[in-house]
Amino acid sequence: MRDIAVVASMQRQEPSIDNESEVEYMVPLMHGVKESIGITQADVGFTCSGSSDFIAGQAFSFVMTVDGANPVPPISESHVEMDGAWALYEAWVKMQMGEVDIALIYGYSKSSGGSLRDVLATQMDPYYVAPLWPDAFAIEALAARQMIESGKVSLERLAEVASRSREHAANNPHAVRTAQKSVADIMAESPIMDPLRPSDIPASADGGCALILAAGDRAKELCERPAWIKGIDHRTDAHTLGVRDLTTSMSARIAGEKAGVGNDKVDFAELYAPFTTSEVLLTDALGLGDDTVINPSGGTLGAHTMMASGLIRIAEAAQRITNGDGDRAVATAGSGPNLQQNLVCVLEGE
Amino acid sequence: MGYQQDPKVKPAGLSGEVSLPAALADVELVQAVRTPAAIDYIATPGASLSAYLRGMKQKKILGDVCPVTGQVFCPPRGVSPVSGQRTTEMVEVADQGYVESFNVTRLPIKSRPDLKPPYVSAWVVPDGSSTGSIALVAGIEPEEVRMGMRVKAVWKPDDELEESAANILHWEPTGEPDVVLEDLRVIGNPDGTAGGAQ
Repeated sequence: MRDIAVVASMQRQEPSIDNESEVEYMVPLMHGVKESIGITQADVGFTCSGSSDFIAGQAFSFVMTVDGANPVPPISESHVEMDGAWALYEAWVKMQMGEVDIALIYGYSKSSGGSLRDVLATQMDPYYVAPLWPDAFAIEALAARQMIESGKVSLERLAEVASRSREHAANNPHAVRTAQKSVADIMAESPIMDPLRPSDIPASADGGCALILAAGDRAKELCERPAWIKGIDHRTDAHTLGVRDLTTSMSARIAGEKAGVGNDKVDFAELYAPFTTSEVLLTDALGLGDDTVINPSGGTLGAHTMMASGLIRIAEAAQRITNGDGDRAVATAGSGPNLQQNLVCVLEGE
Repeated sequence: MGYQQDPKVKPAGLSGEVSLPAALADVELVQAVRTPAAIDYIATPGASLSAYLRGMKQKKILGDVCPVTGQVFCPPRGVSPVSGQRTTEMVEVADQGYVESFNVTRLPIKSRPDLKPPYVSAWVVPDGSSTGSIALVAGIEPEEVRMGMRVKAVWKPDDELEESAANILHWEPTGEPDVVLEDLRVIGNPDGTAGGAQ
């Protein structure tokens, strides 16, 4: 296996970006991340992005953003209709094949233009479920109910997750939900999709993230302390909700094992956990203990930009390693209803 | 484990004939289902396209200037497709230009019942723009349309103008001498200069 590391990243998240198109706000990130380490598109061997036409409300919405990747002369490029973390995975595979030494990855969405809760219904089974337009929060509330009734989690524990996320988010300039709330405050909230309360649901944002992967010596040249990808794997559970135990995540557990999460101490974890329940589920599936700081950025409860949130988890974990805040981190990305798909990435500094 | 080890052996559940309840025995199979789906979006066109659309209401065609090469891109998208840089300056281009290429469509298209064949779709480069865009050319027999032909925009009546590119109904000949396209490599190549049009 080749040694591949995250060497730079840049992100922007806001409650809504009203005066710029996706390409207009992504270009400063796509160029800025290259400029921050002194490279140009000519140094980039592969460019890969993640976004969704269903969120943009426009067919082939990603092609406009490719203009910002500077494809003159033509570049090697690919796109996934997935979170940017899966674009990172595609780039990582290409780099493992030895074809490329530096890759640019980006993911973005501006979900404020539509109702994300409705848009997400379109990812359900198109014959029996999607025509009923199930609300995305209601689908998660089904899992939350099971978790609570089965004793896997309590409303108090979920409130602790929400309160701590707000505390961490207060130190993150990109977070959009930073108002502090105590566990008691959150316990007093009226549920919006019983048993889920406002603090249990993701803090929706517009924005994106651009990130650079580099291999071997190139990574060491470009970054004083690269965040080396020591393991990465992604798994999918069955699409039909009825065949899954929604109180656990087998896809996250297997991806975590394959990525080697348990091989050593984990200093911190950036988990793609849109709901407080998702965080409990993932912490359990990955076997993370009390010695691991969960979501130091505030996670997706602090800011959740669909199609970028997973990539942002990797960027946040990598940045902390590069800064020397820790030596070993786990980042996850997720997709689909009730975290149907999970990607787990283990990052280490030297 | 529930896995079938020999892939050539059918699972037990598929080995027999499919049997339906008697009540369904003669029912015709469902050939199709309709599940209408619609989602409303509020599109935010962004800074550059917003300015372009506002310009259209005043019968002005705006383009973006590439901060690296100085080329003008119309319609504008807020980013230079050549340098990849965010554009910050806009300029007005003319509502006259020339035909860089064209085709004659002789078949009706379902989504535009208003277009009666034969009609001309052209790649029109407005004066002052480095690139062209797709446009209709009318007011001339299709057989007489030429590459290099000078054309001008035909706008909707002033009281019907909106923030829309549809304000230009079509382009028609000006009667000026053709632009001599001496070097066809200028087509699709905004680095080139195109006769007297710039």
